[in-house]
Amino acid sequence: MVPHYPTKRSALVPTLLYAQDEVGFLSDEVIAELAGRLDLTELEVRNVISYYSMLTTKPRGKFNVQVCTNISCLVRGGEEILQHCAKKLGVGHKGTTPDGLFSLEEVECIGACSWAPAAQVNYDFHENLTTEKMDKVLDECRMKA
Amino acid sequence: MADVTLTVDGKKVTAPAGTLLIEACKTVGIEVPSFCYYPNLSLQGACRMCLVKIEKMPKLQTACTTVIGEGMIVTSDSEEIKQARKSMLELLLGNHPLDCPVCDAGGECELQDMTFTYGAAESKFMEAKNHKDEQQWSPVVFFDRPRCILCYRCVRVCGEGMDVWALGVQNRGVSSVIAPNREDHLECEECGMCIDICPVGALTSGAYRYKTRPWEMKHVGTICTHCGDGCKTTLGVRRADTGMEIVRGDNRDKSGTNGDFLCIKGRYAFDFANHEDRLTQPLIRQNGKLSPATWEEAFELIGKTFAEIRDSDGGAKIGVIGSTRTTNEEDYLLSKFARVVLKTNNVDHHRTADFPALASALRGKEGATASMAEVFTAPAILLIGNDPTEQHPLLAWQIRNNVRLHRARLYVINSNSIKLRRQATSFVQIEPGMEGQAAAFLAGSDAAADTLANSSTKKEEWIALRDKLRGEQNLVIVFGSEIVGDGLAKLVKFGSAISGAKFVCLADYANSRGAADMGLYPDLLPGYHSIVGNSQFHQEWGEIPQAAGLDLPGMVEAGKAGQLEALYVVGSNPVGRLDIDPFTFSKSFVVVQDMFLTETAVIADVVLPAANAYEKSGTFTNTCGDLQLVKKAGEVTGTKSDFEMIVRIADAMGFEMRKLVPFGGGTRADMGQSRGAQSGEADRHAVWLEAHGLEPKMSPFDPTAILDEIQRLVPGYDVSRVNLLSGNSEHTSLAEAGTSAAHKPESVSPANDSLFSSGTLGRYSRALNSVSESHEVKTAEVSAD
Amino acid sequence: MASLVSHPDEVKVVTRRFGQGATNIDRYLELDGYKAVQKALGMEPDAIINEVKNSGLRGRGGAGFSTGMKWSFVPKQSAKPKYVLCNGDESEPGTCKDRLIFEHDPHAVIEGVMIAALAVGAASGYIYIRGEYRYLSVIMQKAIRDAYAKGFAGKNIFGSGRDLDIFWHGGAGAYEVGEESALMESLEGKRGIPRIRPPFPAVVGLWGGPTVINNAETLASVPHIMLGGAEWYAKIGPPKNGGTRLFCLSGNVAKPGVYELPMGYSLKKMIYEVGGGIPGGRKLKAVVPGGSSTPCLTADEIDINMDFDSVAKAGSMLGSGGVVVIDDAQCMVKFALRTMKFYQHESCGWCIPCREGTDWLKKTLMRFHAGGGVKKDIDNMQYLSENMLGRTFCPLGDAAAMPTIAFVKKFRNEFEDHLEGRPCPFEKAGAAEEMAALAH
Ligand SMILES: Cc1cc2nc3c(=O)[nH]c(=O)nc-3n(C[C@H](O)[C@H](O)[C@H](O)COP(=O)(O)O)c2cc1C
Ligand code: SF4
Ligand code: FES
Repeated sequence: MVPHYPTKRSALVPTLLYAQDEVGFLSDEVIAELAGRLDLTELEVRNVISYYSMLTTKPRGKFNVQVCTNISCLVRGGEEILQHCAKKLGVGHKGTTPDGLFSLEEVECIGACSWAPAAQVNYDFHENLTTEKMDKVLDECRMKA
Repeated sequence: MADVTLTVDGKKVTAPAGTLLIEACKTVGIEVPSFCYYPNLSLQGACRMCLVKIEKMPKLQTACTTVIGEGMIVTSDSEEIKQARKSMLELLLGNHPLDCPVCDAGGECELQDMTFTYGAAESKFMEAKNHKDEQQWSPVVFFDRPRCILCYRCVRVCGEGMDVWALGVQNRGVSSVIAPNREDHLECEECGMCIDICPVGALTSGAYRYKTRPWEMKHVGTICTHCGDGCKTTLGVRRADTGMEIVRGDNRDKSGTNGDFLCIKGRYAFDFANHEDRLTQPLIRQNGKLSPATWEEAFELIGKTFAEIRDSDGGAKIGVIGSTRTTNEEDYLLSKFARVVLKTNNVDHHRTADFPALASALRGKEGATASMAEVFTAPAILLIGNDPTEQHPLLAWQIRNNVRLHRARLYVINSNSIKLRRQATSFVQIEPGMEGQAAAFLAGSDAAADTLANSSTKKEEWIALRDKLRGEQNLVIVFGSEIVGDGLAKLVKFGSAISGAKFVCLADYANSRGAADMGLYPDLLPGYHSIVGNSQFHQEWGEIPQAAGLDLPGMVEAGKAGQLEALYVVGSNPVGRLDIDPFTFSKSFVVVQDMFLTETAVIADVVLPAANAYEKSGTFTNTCGDLQLVKKAGEVTGTKSDFEMIVRIADAMGFEMRKLVPFGGGTRADMGQSRGAQSGEADRHAVWLEAHGLEPKMSPFDPTAILDEIQRLVPGYDVSRVNLLSGNSEHTSLAEAGTSAAHKPESVSPANDSLFSSGTLGRYSRALNSVSESHEVKTAEVSAD
Repeated sequence: MASLVSHPDEVKVVTRRFGQGATNIDRYLELDGYKAVQKALGMEPDAIINEVKNSGLRGRGGAGFSTGMKWSFVPKQSAKPKYVLCNGDESEPGTCKDRLIFEHDPHAVIEGVMIAALAVGAASGYIYIRGEYRYLSVIMQKAIRDAYAKGFAGKNIFGSGRDLDIFWHGGAGAYEVGEESALMESLEGKRGIPRIRPPFPAVVGLWGGPTVINNAETLASVPHIMLGGAEWYAKIGPPKNGGTRLFCLSGNVAKPGVYELPMGYSLKKMIYEVGGGIPGGRKLKAVVPGGSSTPCLTADEIDINMDFDSVAKAGSMLGSGGVVVIDDAQCMVKFALRTMKFYQHESCGWCIPCREGTDWLKKTLMRFHAGGGVKKDIDNMQYLSENMLGRTFCPLGDAAAMPTIAFVKKFRNEFEDHLEGRPCPFEKAGAAEEMAALAH
């Protein structure tokens, strides 16, 4: 079922997200295309994109590792998980590995507080993490690639 | 609307229901501080400077978003409120670069003023400030993010006010930043409204930045010399080697009809005045070459030659071409000089609208023309032809914002899908050249509807549109140069059946209307009085030739046939603008008064370096018929006003001066004392006197003497002198215009200027050139892929 | 996906169908599904509103406003269409309950939206789910599709002659769009900047139409109220605090999880009995009782009942039900810093006090925690927070200021322990540097 709205531009955010999932990031072409379709200026589209933290105009790794370090995760070792990933992947916050496989992001609360520490790889949740568990998650990604 | 009464700081305040608290406070002199609130732009509530206490409300409330309520009790000033405001400033200053000593806005900065008032001088923060490099967004717009306080005024004025929407906000939180529409640059109308509205120095003007400090300039509010809309522009002037330099144009005091508005020309295109090609010495052709000469030599030669031709072959052998950028006083004087001194009716100017037809159609109809101000308040507007966004930017602003703020209904009939269609309730596209048919149809010719009907608009729709228009009241009918002659008469006929309808006839240059009203026509005297007859002018001016003279094409023909012995061109470039063969006048003695060696000046025998409208005093009449004061900002050494030059030529011809300029108790010695570079002295003196309300009209160079005569003799011009001199616009009327003669509508030739061009003048504006270049480059890039 | 827990003290209302396959519409029907909305179809709108009012149901999104009252603000007549908007943006740190509802009982949300729509006369409902919960959007979309297929949604629902559309909408990462007016902006495809109020959403909301905005848990509670009756529901909790609450117990407790407990349940019991106490032989230091924006309570302040009014009396807020337990191994300065980092990152940037205030607080806390603090910083942080409080454009500014004031006031000693270049007493050697290297 296609959600529909009384105004065209209401479809903007979900459409951007879909486009990003397809292309990997929101390229100039995608922006121009969507602006055209929704009767918006490219500037308006960019204004919106830059507001939302999940939307990006720069390519990211195939697996976007998003580690939560917000309060519930913090007190249960979220930072260790983040540091562990950083060491293992050799990149920092918002960095992408040279092979383009992984990018790393320290993120705000992802709604997994009762199962902290937690991370998301792309849209998949990984909860009650330990460094070992995190290793496994990353290894599985590598296998899938 | 019903009135609401409330109490602010113990004072009773009464204002119409729906008024915002911040505005209601203003009416009793209580200034509530604000950054983001700006009248007529959408509400933001973002800066939190306007917090006030309202009884029964738990928290402080923003006065900028609160609508007044009956019995409200408001405190606008308390310790709590002061502290709130102070802390906002502390926070803003935390990230602000505090580079006031070099900032363009220093001295004119709302953040500075506010800090001064609320004293947030002590810094609480030790952290490094967030930095971002300054960016250039266009030839005229620079952006300095660290200075920006995110009041969003620029974004709103660009979008809501200009309908350009070239600015946006990107990112969020403290990374929020104002962003241009093309990632690193702007693609826009370059109006600079964003710069003017910026309360701090975040947006700065390419023309002005880092040039001077506000207090080192003299500020002169005058009228823009470009299009026919007549915006007030405040020029910032400083002394320079050349006499003076205009460094800034803006509308900070907002006292003009244009209120907030100025377009690129009014704001930046004053720079022609300091162009290095500016003429500063009279030139006389010697051995085929234009060579420097003294003023005395030049006036003597012109006076002698003109007098000889007049006396031996008759004035009819002399042609006079006037200007659409000179003052009313100069135009009137030129018209009078031609008839009275030169004894010729060969007088014309570059016509861009059929004002004589308008005058004859409106004769006897009181209040049938709309002022520029009324375009902003009219309940409905019909626009036929023209593209105001490009050619009449202020008019476009008035229409657009009338629709936005007052929900005016806008009906557009145009051969192009002009930008104002976006505001239109109804937009009908027609074939080019069908505007006259549209007028005929509106006037009742159903046959015209058949020719008008096309794939996009059927006959029934035309009829429905006409019915709708007929149902309007106080409709303002605006039309471009596509409507002339008979079409114009038809349009007036249609409009006259609508109660309260008013007209605006669009002409292209700053004083096109003045040139027409002052009688720069071969067959019309000032006020559209026929040259044949016995008007007041005939009675007062003394003997004048009675037959209609040659119009511009006629003069060209006469020149070709060797029948035009002299041509006197004042502030006009017919050779360049109207594509006239330069050899046409090779047998004539040509005198040109201009700022530059234009296509016309190069063929002259004598060239006199002229001052422009920013360097003289007088009045302009805008395309709507609003009379406004032109104030002298300064003078460029080696130039003279056209007024003075006309007077000097008349004097050199031995004419009795008081018959030309009815000045007061002065003597011939006064005007004889031209002091070379300081020859504008008399005029400057007049400016000073005028500024002090004194008008002795002692000098024949004093345009006020002619203004007296204009007000006395030109119908519709007897407006309030007090208002005029106070800098307000005064609407003139055509109701008592003379019985103008039949006209050649085909002689109307539009200037076709765009937002970035301005006739010959525009070519000498670096600002306009750089902008149109940058816009051309971009179009080229787009079409390449 | 997220694991379920249980405790004997739980009163399962909203969680009743959790873990029972209720995402399947037929299974949902077996579990009394869609009975409530059918009952509502037979009622006058005012009767529905009264029922909800009398149930004592208060908004589960944070502010705890009476739901029935909110519905009654919607004008009966309206030129523009009315809407119901379910707030499933759930982004308040410490909160993860709406996620479980969408995951385990999506139809209950749909039913709740439908009942609200019937009560206020709306013909469409939108369910906004935060972008990170992509898998829930999939579940929700399927549930909506199934409801349409059965004729429960869309045209002529349940053969009643009424039309009622239900749509799903996904966000893209922004805490601020959980704020109701920013939520509407976001749904309209714009930046999540809150709107000026008045007008309130109930009068001018989505696309200009009157709009009811409720949290997902609030709406999921409604069908149970319709079936169980207002009286039954109200009695579960103390006066004016009807029903149950999903408490998201997290942090340093032995058995974290989402527990559905009656309103007014003891915080102390929640930590020590339901949550199994503090693990590792540690002691309790503080609790954040209702999500990151609520002022923390010290170990001495936990003897309170978890209902809106009692927590408010204790100087904090019940908020979104996120109970974060902090043990004595945690550094409160660091906790405050992490909290402020969040608000700094999530501030929409619209108004000066929030945009600039969160940034300066974050910067100061960072320096402070890294050992560069000076004494006057402590007062400055309090000064700054107090000057933000109540003066921002929307409550996010308050949400940042309130907890900070509490941290500084209640743990001033820990702040002082960081002074004079001393390293954080709680930090492992080198850990701060490692984090700093990652800092942004
Ligand atoms: C910054 C901010 C974030 C919020 N985030 C949420 C949220 O994620 N989910 C939610 O239901 N309410 C959130 N709220 C509360 C909503 O504004 C609104 O009060 C709520 O959705 C109303 O539903 P209720 O009456 O059922 O609680 C937030 C409020 C603020 C100020
Ligand atoms: S308090 Fe101000 S800056 Fe912060 S989220 Fe609300 S509106 Fe945006
Ligand atoms: S003027 Fe009211 S908030 Fe800015």
